Amino acid sequence: MPTYQIKVNGKSQSVDVSADTPVLWVLRDHLDLVGTKYGCGIGQCGACTIHVDGTAMRSCSMTLEQLDGKSITTIEGLSEDGKHPVQEAWKEVDVPQCGYCQAGQIMTASAFLEKNPNPTEGEIKDAMHGNICRCASYNRIYRAVEKAAEQMS
Amino acid sequence: MSTKSNITFSRRAFMRTSSLAGGGMLIGFNLLQSCKPEVKLEPEIDLSQLDYKDFNAFIKIAETGEVTIFSPNPEIGQGVKTAMPMLIAEELDVAWENVYVEQGILDTENYTRQVAGGSQSIRHGWEPLRQTGATAKQMLINAAATRWGVDPSECMVSEGVITNAAGETLGYGDVVNEAALLEVPEDIKLKDPKDYKIIGQNIQNVDIDKITTGKPLFGLDYKKEGMVYASVLRPPAFGHKLISYDDTEAKSMPGVIDIIKIGEKVQKLFEEDPSFESKISSSDKVVVIAESTWQAMKAKEAIKAEWENDILMESTANHDQMLTGFLDGTQFDTRRKDGDVKKAFAEADMVLERTYESPFLPHNCMEPMNFFADVTDEKVHLVGPIQTPAWKAGLIAKLLGREEDEILLEMTRMGGGFGRRLYGDFVVEAAEISDAIRKPVKVIYSREDDMAVGVYRPAIKYRIKASVKDGQITGYHLKEAAINDNMYGLIPNFFPAGAIENYQVDTKSYKSNITTGAWRAPYTNFLAYAEQSFFDELAEVMEVDKVQLRLDLLKKVDADADERIEYSPERMIKVIETAVEKSGWGTQPKGVYQGFVNYYCHNTHVSEVADVVIENDSPVVKKITCVVDCGIVVNPLGALNQIEGGVIDGVGHSMYGDFGFNEGIPIAHNFDRYRLIRMKEAPKVEVHLIQNELAPTGLGEPTLPPAGGAVANALKAATGRRIYQQPFTKNPELLKVLEEPVIG
Repeated sequence: MPTYQIKVNGKSQSVDVSADTPVLWVLRDHLDLVGTKYGCGIGQCGACTIHVDGTAMRSCSMTLEQLDGKSITTIEGLSEDGKHPVQEAWKEVDVPQCGYCQAGQIMTASAFLEKNPNPTEGEIKDAMHGNICRCASYNRIYRAVEKAAEQMS
Repeated sequence: MSTKSNITFSRRAFMRTSSLAGGGMLIGFNLLQSCKPEVKLEPEIDLSQLDYKDFNAFIKIAETGEVTIFSPNPEIGQGVKTAMPMLIAEELDVAWENVYVEQGILDTENYTRQVAGGSQSIRHGWEPLRQTGATAKQMLINAAATRWGVDPSECMVSEGVITNAAGETLGYGDVVNEAALLEVPEDIKLKDPKDYKIIGQNIQNVDIDKITTGKPLFGLDYKKEGMVYASVLRPPAFGHKLISYDDTEAKSMPGVIDIIKIGEKVQKLFEEDPSFESKISSSDKVVVIAESTWQAMKAKEAIKAEWENDILMESTANHDQMLTGFLDGTQFDTRRKDGDVKKAFAEADMVLERTYESPFLPHNCMEPMNFFADVTDEKVHLVGPIQTPAWKAGLIAKLLGREEDEILLEMTRMGGGFGRRLYGDFVVEAAEISDAIRKPVKVIYSREDDMAVGVYRPAIKYRIKASVKDGQITGYHLKEAAINDNMYGLIPNFFPAGAIENYQVDTKSYKSNITTGAWRAPYTNFLAYAEQSFFDELAEVMEVDKVQLRLDLLKKVDADADERIEYSPERMIKVIETAVEKSGWGTQPKGVYQGFVNYYCHNTHVSEVADVVIENDSPVVKKITCVVDCGIVVNPLGALNQIEGGVIDGVGHSMYGDFGFNEGIPIAHNFDRYRLIRMKEAPKVEVHLIQNELAPTGLGEPTLPPAGGAVANALKAATGRRIYQQPFTKNPELLKVLEEPVIG
């Protein structure tokens, strides 16, 4: 099996996996970073969202070869102390019900607000539309993104 | 209340406690551990060392005064891991900031009803959990009183500090070692609700920090040294059985440790007791054991299996025909019969009859099914997401021929339940595999596995017929035709039972080989839409006000005269009147079309009003006003989350949820073909809670069923068309606005 060098949360790591292994499973099974969640495996639900050079991407649908030296941020590395404005807003609004999809929601929201810190209602809803929350905590996700935007703008 | 004379030392407790090393104390688990627990998925508790019958198993107090409370019931997102410990902490009288919460393990001796289902955790936990906290508090007071040589009645407590008449103070941590040795007092007095400091406060989800930073919490996150991964090849269609398989290619794939066949143990159980667990396929299955999840999933795809059709291969078209045939027929089980509906229909001025239909629905928990098992000669260690741990521990003991006390079952936080995790097919698989390979193993379902071997909400049809004479509703006949099972016993006594003189509920079901089961608010999740659409239409043909029709019916109910009546007409009327006021019913601005419903299920009274507007020629659900009477609200922050989620889930599934079968094969296997509601379709939910001091009821389910009805009624108002089939988007032409509105 080939050996890959990847940069995750600021740290260089080396992993031996077959070339077709999705980044999601490299993170979860090989690097013990289980905060990134498996939901559908086909890029439809957003539970596995990570940042690749700051852009939100679906880790279930990319391989290490496709990363090509880019650096990854997962929910574990979004902030050092768990106090990224999006994480703080998520706590303040008390968004989660089951909580399973929330890491993906937070990763989508944080990449979005980094690029657009003054979003309109429509832009927030467009940005978050790709992430399914089966508990349907959508009202609170919206409020938390809005709150985080106030902090980040 | 205990008095000084009651305070005696229990020799047995003393010996037990003194044999334990370390500082701190325990009212509860007889273990001295650090009192700042991380949620460790790995157990620290060796059950064989425990003997804590004399104490409750919920509370642990450190000498520092910090308190750990074990939450007994499984957490599926309904918020009980926060709310149940709140009940204990309230009566224990400690500051919530000093409380740490841990998930309790399965412990049938010390906990009762460790189940997540039916919106019952808070309702059933309300008395015993408060008693638990209050009893511990009294023991701590008694210990302090003994030390001071005063009567316990002279002592006061506030936030973990005991004060005597002379103004001396002792913290819980100071007396906890002595308190643990005291006899358990009886006749404990509970607080007056006006003195509550924790109940009624907005308390954040206890796992919020872990959830927002991605710490391991869920079954899928659990790992143990030496653990291997299993992916199971199951019959691709309902009705299939495995005859043979070729695993040559799969065996040579990277990371594959072994490929085995399972099924023998399950088949043996079926032979002994065909009813032991109806949600498990009795077919053999092929299991890939691999070093990682991906390797197991990939190798499974390379197995070439042959299946045989040993029974009927069912399709949605067959079900449709079958259920309609039932409704047209005369063979029913009568579940409730008041008066004579036939006579009422014969004598009526007018009769209205309508039929409503719904498809199967998968649960689609975001965390796909999974479970960990480690079967050794000494014990059977099970870890994972399960709503019914005690039921499953019993099942596994039977499956493996082990004693129940050899089963150690730990519940993880669950990435959704919705009823799917009531059933134990995945636990059985994990146990059977680990027993065969004698390794710690985790069974992981892919999303495709999860959707294709579900325990689905069954397809159902309802036919409702009502008669009107002299402007009064004189008869009401509800018929249910469903797959596998029919509505549970309480439902025939829900509204409008008791409000209409001639009333009858009939049911009939078709035995299918497709596995079905409870799905969030079983039966009512669709029945509420059918009945509330029917009332709406009935009001239109009677030319009466839609809300007034409901109020008039409720005013006729004498719940005292009929003990079967579950709901309270008074509470329902209050909920309806509040919804009228808060939603602006009847005074909404031009272009806003409203739909009204009221409903009772899971012991909770709810009314919802949907606001629909037309945007780009299509109706859009903008807002749902939801009024709820669930008695005392334990945690408003969590309660509102459940209500908002329940309403949007109800809107989503009635709008989009569609599922069925073609020759036994599910029509969708992943979210590319199965539509769940997303951000842009989610209406704003405005919640109003009725304030009272009645014992609390649950909120996981009761706001979901009315949502579909509210939307259907608002769509009728907006488009002029009434929809009789879920999902509402199935026939897009029904969502087009009629030029000329029609009545009825």
